[in-house]
Amino acid sequence: MPKDQPVVETSPNVSDEVRQTTCYMCACRCGINVHMKGGKVAYIEGNKDHPVNKGVLCAKGSAGIMQHNAPSRLRAPLKRVGPRGSGEYEEISWDEALETAVSWLKPIRDTAPEKLAFFTGRDQSQSFTSFWAQGYGTPNYAAHGGFCSVNMAAAGIYTMGGAFWEFGQPDWDHTKLFMLFGVAEDHDSNPIKMGIGKIKERGARMVSVNPIRTGYNAVADDWIGITPGTDGLFILSLVHCLLKAGKIDLDYLARFTNASVLIDQDPKSDQYGLFLRDKDGQPQVVDRRSGALAPWNGQGVDPDLSGSHRARGITHRPVFHMMADRYLSDDYAPETVADRCGIPAPRIHEIAADLARVAFDEAITLDRKWIDFRGVKHKQMIGRPVSFHAMRGISAHANGFQTCRALHMLQIILGTVETPGGMRFKPPYPKPATAHPKPHCKVAPGQPLDGPHLGYVQGPEDLCLDAAGDPARIDKAYTWENPMSAHGLMHMVISNAHAGDPYKIDTLFMYMANMAWNSSMNVGGVHAMLTDKDENGDYVIPRIIYSDAYSSEMVAYADLILPDTTYLERHDCISILDRPICEADGIADAIRWPVVEPDRDVRGFQSVLCDLGARLELPGFVNEDGSAKYTDYADYITNHIRRPGIGPLAGFRDGGDGRGGVNPDQLRSYIDNGGFWLSHVPEDAAYYKPFNMGYQDWAVKMGCYDVVQPYIFQLYVEPMRKFQAAAEGIGSRQPPDHLRAQVQKTMDPLPIWYPSAEAKAEDYPVHALTQRPMAMYHSWGSQNAWLRQIHGVNPLYVPTKIWEANRFADGDWAKITSPHGTITVPVAHQASLNENTVWTWNAIGKRKGAWALDNDAPEATKGFLLNHLIHELMPPKGDGLRWANSDPITGQAAWFDLRVRIEKTDTPKEVQPEMPPIKSLVPKAPKILRWKVGK
Amino acid sequence: MTQLPPPSAKKLGLVIDLDTCVGCHACVISCKGWNTENYGAPLSDQDPYGADPSGTFLNRVHSFEVQPEAAPAQLIHFPKSCLHCEDAPCVTVCPTGASYKRAEDGIVLVNESDCIGCGLCAWACPYGARELDADAGVMKKCTLCVDRIYNENLPEEDREPACVRTCPAGARHFGDLGDDNSDVSKLVAERGGFDLMPELGTKPVNKYLPPRPKDVTTPCAPLETVAQDGKGFAAWLDRALSALPGGAS
Repeated sequence: MPKDQPVVETSPNVSDEVRQTTCYMCACRCGINVHMKGGKVAYIEGNKDHPVNKGVLCAKGSAGIMQHNAPSRLRAPLKRVGPRGSGEYEEISWDEALETAVSWLKPIRDTAPEKLAFFTGRDQSQSFTSFWAQGYGTPNYAAHGGFCSVNMAAAGIYTMGGAFWEFGQPDWDHTKLFMLFGVAEDHDSNPIKMGIGKIKERGARMVSVNPIRTGYNAVADDWIGITPGTDGLFILSLVHCLLKAGKIDLDYLARFTNASVLIDQDPKSDQYGLFLRDKDGQPQVVDRRSGALAPWNGQGVDPDLSGSHRARGITHRPVFHMMADRYLSDDYAPETVADRCGIPAPRIHEIAADLARVAFDEAITLDRKWIDFRGVKHKQMIGRPVSFHAMRGISAHANGFQTCRALHMLQIILGTVETPGGMRFKPPYPKPATAHPKPHCKVAPGQPLDGPHLGYVQGPEDLCLDAAGDPARIDKAYTWENPMSAHGLMHMVISNAHAGDPYKIDTLFMYMANMAWNSSMNVGGVHAMLTDKDENGDYVIPRIIYSDAYSSEMVAYADLILPDTTYLERHDCISILDRPICEADGIADAIRWPVVEPDRDVRGFQSVLCDLGARLELPGFVNEDGSAKYTDYADYITNHIRRPGIGPLAGFRDGGDGRGGVNPDQLRSYIDNGGFWLSHVPEDAAYYKPFNMGYQDWAVKMGCYDVVQPYIFQLYVEPMRKFQAAAEGIGSRQPPDHLRAQVQKTMDPLPIWYPSAEAKAEDYPVHALTQRPMAMYHSWGSQNAWLRQIHGVNPLYVPTKIWEANRFADGDWAKITSPHGTITVPVAHQASLNENTVWTWNAIGKRKGAWALDNDAPEATKGFLLNHLIHELMPPKGDGLRWANSDPITGQAAWFDLRVRIEKTDTPKEVQPEMPPIKSLVPKAPKILRWKVGK
Repeated sequence: MTQLPPPSAKKLGLVIDLDTCVGCHACVISCKGWNTENYGAPLSDQDPYGADPSGTFLNRVHSFEVQPEAAPAQLIHFPKSCLHCEDAPCVTVCPTGASYKRAEDGIVLVNESDCIGCGLCAWACPYGARELDADAGVMKKCTLCVDRIYNENLPEEDREPACVRTCPAGARHFGDLGDDNSDVSKLVAERGGFDLMPELGTKPVNKYLPPRPKDVTTPCAPLETVAQDGKGFAAWLDRALSALPGGAS
C-alpha cells in the first residue's frame, strides 16, 4: 500500500444485534434480518435461511427502514369532529376508542349482526379476522381477494386443488420452458425473480405473454404482445393445436384427471351433463381391464379415456370426448383467433409445437418410486418440463375465471401439473374444492355465524340467499350474480351499502384497504357515497371504523380511527390455516414480532380485535367467567386451538411439529429459529401430490388435513354444470330471469372464452391497463422517501401507432375518456407495447394531503389513477338493475376490461380531475433526511 | 493531479448480466441502505416528501428501449455504478488526492476528509457514476462495499457488496477480474462480457454481459395433424390408447 493511501476501516461493527422477522413491504412475505444499533433499526437485508427469499430482498424490502420511520404514521386513536372527509379529528385514548366501538357494535350484534360489514383488505391474518367475524355473527366478512385475483385462486381450486403463488410454483430446478402470463408484482415477487435467474443460468427458455414488455417480460426470450382480455382464446387455440396433433399426455389424463369420467349426454335427462355415479355417489369410469364400469378411485382401476357407456337408454361419454368435440372446432384454430388476439397464426402454431416438443421430446425422469391412490406402484416420476405462471393479468377480466380454467386445462393436458419440471403445489395444497368449507350466512341476533363465511359452493343449494332468494351478504357474494365468489366482493361493499342493495347496514369496519382511493373503482363516486346524507341529515352509511398504520386517503372518511403499528412493531403469524409461505418441497410458516416497540400510542390491529372481542363477549374471545381470553395477538397465536392439535402455528408445538399441544414458548422458538419454521416434504412425496399416497399420509401427519383425500383434476367442473342446469330450469333453486342467460352461458363446465369488455370498440378503441412497479406496493410506496425517488410520477405509456397518430411529443398531455369519465394526464412513448394498449403504474397517483406528502408532490400533481375511468357497475342498461363490472362467476373486479379513447390536449396546471386536498392527520414531514443511526 | 497506483494484480469488480436484470431496483435501495448507515457521510435526501425529492444514490438503474428492424421492440434494464476503471479519470483530476484508487485491489474510493466537494471528479467521470452529496458536501460513489467484502464481523458468505447479496434475479456477480480463473472472469469469457464505452480508454474493471438474442424462434418441426374433428380424434385416440401399456395391442 502506498504510504499516502488512507487507512480504511474494512471491518466496522455492522450491528449490535440482528433480529429476524418477516417483511411486510408487500404481500410476498420474505424473511428479513433487521440489524439493530442502540435499539434502533440500522439496516435491513434478506434472511438467507428463509424458504421464500433465501437471502435476497427487493427494493421495497430494503427500504423498510423508511416505511417504519415514515412521517405518515398515525400516532393515536382519532375521533372525527368535523364532517366526513374534512380531516377534522381529535386524539382520544384507546379506552375511549374501544368503548366507542363497543357502543356501536354491541347493539347491532344483539339485534341484527348483519348490520356490521367487516372487511379486512390486504390482511394477512384472515384465519383470525374471519374467526372474529364468525364469533360476532355477521355474514358480511371478506378480505380483498374479490378485487385482486380470486379468479386465479378459485379456478385453480375448482380445477386442480390449487393455483399459483401461495398454492403452487413452477419447478424452477427442472423446467426447460417457462411460459409467463400477466402477474401482479407483489404476488411471489422475489421467488419469481429468483426462478427466472435460475432458469436463465441453466439456459432454459422463457416465453412471456403480456401486452406490455417490461420487468419479467423484458428478459423473456420470446414476447407475445397479446391483446388484453384474449388470453383465454389464445390458450384454447394452443389446446386446439395440441389436441389436433395428438400431443397430449394420454396416460396422465386417463389416470389423474376426470377426462375419463362418464357424463350423461341426454338433453332430456335430469342428469344431463352430470357424472354417472354409482350407488355410493362415486363418479364412474370404464375400466380398461374389464370394459366394465368402475368408480374413479377403485383399487387397480385403469380408467379408459375413450370408453362410452349406455345405461337405461342414455349414452354416457367420457369428458375427454366432449373436450375433443369442443376444442377441435375451427372456432379455436389459430387462423380464426389470430386477429382477435393480436398474435399471427404461424406464431401460435410455433408456440404449440414448442410446448409439445419440450413436454414430450425433452421429458425428464426422476428415479423415485411412488404409489398412487389406486394402489398402482410407479418406478419413476416422469416429468414434462414445461411450466406456466399467471396471476392478476389474466384474472382481472370479466372472463378471467374461465381464462384461468383454460390455462389450468392446458397445463393438465400436457401432463405438467405436479410432475417434474412442471407446476408444483405447495403444502397445504393441493386441496380440492370439496375439501374446503362451503360458505355460511345464517344469522341469529347475539349468536355466532353458523360456520365460516367463505368457501367453495358445490351447487345452487350452497348459495348465500335468504328465504326469499335475496342476497344474504352485503357484497352479494354467492348469489346468482356471481355464484362462485370464493373471496367475497370487497369492492362492492361501499356501493351496495350506500344503495341499500340488498339492505342497509349500520357500521362499516375496515382494515388496511385504501377504499377511498386506489382500491376502489369510481373514486369520486365512492367519496360521494361515504359522505352522502339522507333526508334526516344522517350519513347514509351511518358509521365507519377504520384501522390503518398510515395517513392514507381512506382515514379521512372514518368516524373512528384505530391506528395500527408498522410491521416491525407487531406480532403476526403467517399461518398454514391462512395464506402460508410454504414451498413445493417444504411446509413452512412464520411470524412477525416487535423487533422495536412503537414510539406512538398505536396498537397492532389483531391485538385490538382480541380486546374488542372480549369487550363484546364474542365466543372464542372470553373465558367461561367472562374474562378476556387473550391479552393480545401473541397470546392468541400461542394458545388458540383451531382443531385438536392444530393452532395458528404448526412448528414447535408441544409434542412435535404439525400437530401437537400448546407450547407456551412457541414464539420464542420461532424467534430463535429466524422467525419461521420449515419441514421438508419427503422425496418420494414431492411430486404427484394429489395422487401420491406418500404425500397424502405426510400431509395428514403435518395437519394439512385430517384424513387422506386423494382426488383427480376436474377438467370438467360438475358444480358449474349444476348452476347451468338451474339456468335451464332444472331444480328447485332457480336464478332470477334476468340472470338466466348469463348463468347459462358463463357457467360452462368446460373452459370457454367470451369477449369481456362491454364498451364499444369503435368508440373506445384502446385497452388501458395498470401494472404494479417492482419497487412499490399499492399505495404504500409513496410515503417512502427512497422508493418515491424511483417512482414519483406515472405517465400514461402509449404505443408507437397511437403516439404517431396523435402527433404526440415528449412532455405532452392527453385526455383519456372511458364510458365512465375523463382524465387528463401526461403521456410518454413506449415501443415495446401491444399496439392498441396504453398503461400506467398503479397507485402512484396520490390525493393531496395524504401520506404526509406536500400538496405539490408530483404524485398529486402529475400522478394519477385510472380508477377514475372505471366504474364498479356497468353502464345502465335501462332495466333499472345494477350490473356489476365483475366476473359473472366469481365477482372479481374487472379492472383490466377498461377501454378508452385518447386525444392530445393542452398542458393543464395539473392532472385532471383535480380533487380538493384533505387535511393531513400527521405533522409535516422533514425537509431533509440524513439517516444514520450508528455513530 | 492525483496519481494512479501501478495496475494491481487483483482487480475487484462487478459483472452485471443484462440478460437477467429485470429492473427491480433492489440493488439501488440495498446500496442506499448499507451506504447510508456505513462508509462516510450518510446518503442524504433533499425534499424527501416534497415536490422535488432528490437524494444521493451510488447505484441507479436506467432503462432503454431498443427497436430492431424486423422484431418487436425490447426494453433493456441497465444498472450503473462506478466501474472502478484502471485508468480512472476521476482520480487523476482530483486536486486534493481525496479521490484515489486502492493499490491492493483497485477499488476507487473517496477519502471524505480530504474531499472539498469541488465536483471535478464527477465532471471527469464519463459514466456519471459519482454524486455530490448535497448535505455533506462531499463526493459519494460506489465503494464496492469495501466495508463488507473484508468485514470480519460478517459471516464469510456475506462478504460481498450489498447489491450482489440482495439481487433477486442473480444478475450481479462480484469477484476478482484480474484472475482469469475466477468465476467472474470465466463468466465474462463464456458470455462475451464487454466494457462500457471502451473507446474512452478508461479500462473499466466492471463488465456487462449482453442480453441474449430475443424473439428468435427455436427451429421446431410443425405439428402433424392426427385428426380434423371429434370423430377422427376418437379413432386416433383408440389407436393411441391401444399402444399404451395395458392396451389391446
